[in-house]
Amino acid sequence: MTNLFRILGHAGLVFFERLGRGHLFILRVIAGIPGLIPHFSLIIAQLYSVGVLSLLIIVVSGLNVGMVLGLQMYNTLVDFGAETTLGPVVALSLVRELGPVVAALLFAGRAGSALTAEIGLMKATEQLSGMEMMAVDPIKRIVAPRFVAGAISMPLLAAIFSAVGILGGYFVGVGMLGVDDGAFWSQMQSKVDWNEDILNGVIKSIVFGVVVTWIAVFEGYDAVPTTEGVSRATTRTVVYGSLAVLGLDFVLTALMFGDN
Amino acid sequence: MINTKVIEVTVGVFIAAGIAALFMLAMKVSNLSTFSSQGGYEITARFDNIGGLKEMSPVNAGGVRIGRVTSVEYDQKTYEAIVKMQISPEYDRLPKDTSASIFTSGLLGEQYISLEPGGETAYLKSGDQIKLTQSAIVMEQVIGQFLFGKASEGVSQ
Repeated sequence: MTNLFRILGHAGLVFFERLGRGHLFILRVIAGIPGLIPHFSLIIAQLYSVGVLSLLIIVVSGLNVGMVLGLQMYNTLVDFGAETTLGPVVALSLVRELGPVVAALLFAGRAGSALTAEIGLMKATEQLSGMEMMAVDPIKRIVAPRFVAGAISMPLLAAIFSAVGILGGYFVGVGMLGVDDGAFWSQMQSKVDWNEDILNGVIKSIVFGVVVTWIAVFEGYDAVPTTEGVSRATTRTVVYGSLAVLGLDFVLTALMFGDN
Repeated sequence: MINTKVIEVTVGVFIAAGIAALFMLAMKVSNLSTFSSQGGYEITARFDNIGGLKEMSPVNAGGVRIGRVTSVEYDQKTYEAIVKMQISPEYDRLPKDTSASIFTSGLLGEQYISLEPGGETAYLKSGDQIKLTQSAIVMEQVIGQFLFGKASEGVSQ
């Protein structure tokens, strides 16, 4: 019985310790961002590995999600003779929810895990300690550019996901199933609002980008510097990152679209 | 390590693709393109009942969209709804005695204002008020009247 309390207490202490460490860590990272301005090439290199290399999976999944949405929604809507509302249905579900959320989940799996593994292995092979010996702050040199690159890439990837998905829905709906071309776009334009729908989607994706990248770089930096520790940290990045995205999505949706 | 030039070019392409996607969402998917033709002139109309008319509802003449509703207010003195609408500048030849009605597009569609031009030679200017208005048809009232009519038919027989 006392053993149980000991385990619970230990788990609670570890949880709060990591929570506090994570927040202190992000403050140090944010404080390191202004120092990046003269070293802009560091961010560019990270934009490549975080953003450009995630592009393929984002485009392919976006296309597939859009095509499936078009096909499924058509089958339901055609019963009510409302197949011309396919455009707004596909566009709204992608721009408001699926674009930011699915892109963020893929981003956590593709880019977040890579960030954690990279930083974790740098720690395991004592490259980070080596930098500290040379009076180079690894948070400024290694972590901050990755964090900024993740926060910039995510909204762009989500926008690409939504745009490609809408094109996928268009190919299936208009190209294969014979929905009217003009009605598809004009109904979409009359239903989708720039401020209400698209900007809120962009805000969502910025929040997701910051949170997922934060979790990824923190897990890497905080990993136990062994092979097993790095593998656990990578798993945690994907699990916590995905859970954070899904949980935050509910909160953000309630805040943004709750009043109508 | 790939050479830096390739990295810079692909990052540039990535950022451009992201911005192009946002641009497509703005112009092709959302209503931003129809918004951008701001301006035009504002006219008001008073209705007893506006039904489900909202801001941004369309204003049509002859079925063609010529403007949008910009605000809906309630006048406590006359107990009427004041609807302000903005008409695109190219449609500046609406006669003074134009009448405004609130219709529903389809059985379940959104509500819009339909303008019927009159015969006067003077045209509506910015700030003018439409005198002849017809309120929205509220479905519950229509059904209620119909049922009431049916019931009284049954009594008289």
